[in-house]
Amino acid sequence: MNAEFKIQNSAIVEVRGLKKYFPVLSGVIAQRVVGWVKAVDDVGFAIRRGETLGLVGESGCGKTTTGRCLLQLDRPTEGSVLFEGQELTAMSDEELRPLRRQMQIVFQDPYSSLNPRMTIGQIIAEPIRVHALARNGAKCRDRVAELLHVVGLNPLMADRYPHELSGGQRQRVGIARSLALEPKFIVCDEPVSALDVSIQAQIINLLEELQEKFSLTYLFIAHDLSVVRHISDRIAVMYLGKVIEIADRRELYENPLHPYTKALLSAVPVPDPLVEAGRERIVLGGEVPSALNPPVGCVFHPRCPIAIDECRKAVPELREIKPNHWAACIRA
Amino acid sequence: MPSLLEVRELKTYLTTSQGVVKAVDGISFDVREGETVALVGESGCGKTMSALSIMRLIPRPQASIVGGEIRFQGRDLLKLGEEEMRRIRGAEIAMIFQEPMTSLNPVLSIGRQITETVEAHHPLSKEEARSRALELLQLVGISDPAQRLAEYPHQFSGGMRQRVMIAIALSCRPKLILADEPTTALDVTIQAQLLELMRDLSRRFGVALVIITHNLGVVARYADRVNVMYAGKIIESGTATEIYRAPRHPYTMGLLRSVPRLDQPRKSKLEPIEGQPPDLWNLPAGCSFAPRCRFVVEKCAQEAPPLRQVEDSHHSACWVAETLTQ
Repeated sequence: MNAEFKIQNSAIVEVRGLKKYFPVLSGVIAQRVVGWVKAVDDVGFAIRRGETLGLVGESGCGKTTTGRCLLQLDRPTEGSVLFEGQELTAMSDEELRPLRRQMQIVFQDPYSSLNPRMTIGQIIAEPIRVHALARNGAKCRDRVAELLHVVGLNPLMADRYPHELSGGQRQRVGIARSLALEPKFIVCDEPVSALDVSIQAQIINLLEELQEKFSLTYLFIAHDLSVVRHISDRIAVMYLGKVIEIADRRELYENPLHPYTKALLSAVPVPDPLVEAGRERIVLGGEVPSALNPPVGCVFHPRCPIAIDECRKAVPELREIKPNHWAACIRA
Repeated sequence: MPSLLEVRELKTYLTTSQGVVKAVDGISFDVREGETVALVGESGCGKTMSALSIMRLIPRPQASIVGGEIRFQGRDLLKLGEEEMRRIRGAEIAMIFQEPMTSLNPVLSIGRQITETVEAHHPLSKEEARSRALELLQLVGISDPAQRLAEYPHQFSGGMRQRVMIAIALSCRPKLILADEPTTALDVTIQAQLLELMRDLSRRFGVALVIITHNLGVVARYADRVNVMYAGKIIESGTATEIYRAPRHPYTMGLLRSVPRLDQPRKSKLEPIEGQPPDLWNLPAGCSFAPRCRFVVEKCAQEAPPLRQVEDSHHSACWVAETLTQ
């Protein structure tokens, strides 16, 4: 049938036909739905055990919503999300709770994702308390100290407050919190975008070390294609609520098939003026259309340099053009 | 080419509850007519405060310019009265801010915001101002300009708002535009559009550009010369080729090595700059970068290295600049 099927056995997470529509309301007293924002529109992929799947795309393409739907932080409108074979979309919040220990998230903004009134120790201990994983206070403190150590922070930091920490240190705390429950799968939602360049590499290296140490599987959501290439085994590219290309890292960067992926790669600046001078840049015209009124046919056709009449008619299917290399373009 | 802007030993300090921060600590740089100069550094390095100092728009009373000179076309801006400065702002030196969402007035039409600047500096009739605004919108690549003049900022996307900001900046044909992270809030494909647009316009009208950014990659293609800042000081300066091809300061080298690059084979591990960003309230004696530096020598802890020439136009503030190796 499709790619998800073939690799089913090794998949830890499988997503099929995932849709998330947000209602647009109008009216002062009696609010009625006047339209739907199709944030995620029929997305399917699988994440293999132990790998990092990169999910890239520009703002508003639905990558964060996809990540949140995977964890059921947002409930999908339609479609299926399987975690180790279990269907999450059918479960109640109560049923999900034990599974949440195995699936965690690291948020983008280390400033707003830590409660400013809690100490670092309390923040990291919270999931341990909620899931009653420590027999007593002393055990809990030991575990917090261990987690701080694992993410490269001094255990004495447990008594400090978030405002006393730099952005990079806060993101380490966010990572420690996500590790507290010994998860198998972590959604990393733009974990380095808010950090200074000199700190980004520290956090990426840390995430890679932890993956190896604890056999973690990552969904790494980001808009920076250089960072995504570094950390991911496979990469899915999203545009306007759809996955338009998915392939192994090397294949995607060396032989991109979708015109959007090509343009995206060519727009990434390289820190070298001589290399830049020799590089061809595909500057796309126009902007990403609204997800409220996506274009008919291929969602990319209004900006596509190689669009033909047929692209305006039917939505191109994500098809396997080469082994393990899928693209949603009739001209690929 | 003659210098349009000469900044000399500029010092802008901030008074905070925890003490005085030397946000800009004695920086000097030049901008020649028509060229593009980059001011690169991470958050808190003083790059934005430098631009605000040039415009004399620093937040008062916390911030104050405590020393130095800012000569623009030979005149020291720091000696001008408020009224004279107002005539320069917008007309001779314009500024583009990072957040196109917050730097436009949400309750004024786009047309009004453009004509406002023009009318502030030139005695124009309503009709003339309108046709000027129309021309400017066309120039920055906004389609249906006549219709869009009557629209409000919320009806524009982020990229389009930044185009409007560029139109406003250009409206009085300034000699110099200071662009503070002009594309940081935007997506890569839109970033590329805007940077190409800014380059074309600056060439066409001979406007000099100062691009302030935290991303070394963004400016490699556009900057003629680059100044790298760290903890309130310029620690390296030179032509773009010098800075990117043969950096002579450990911080610049570290920045360039720590970012993954699409044009190079993937490394198995990234090489970060170790340690934390500088604590501006407690800077070490000597070189501010010393605690994170791989090449540190004894002298670094005792005396701050001055920015000195290492090659033709290449300057570095490092005691061992000559002996650094990758």
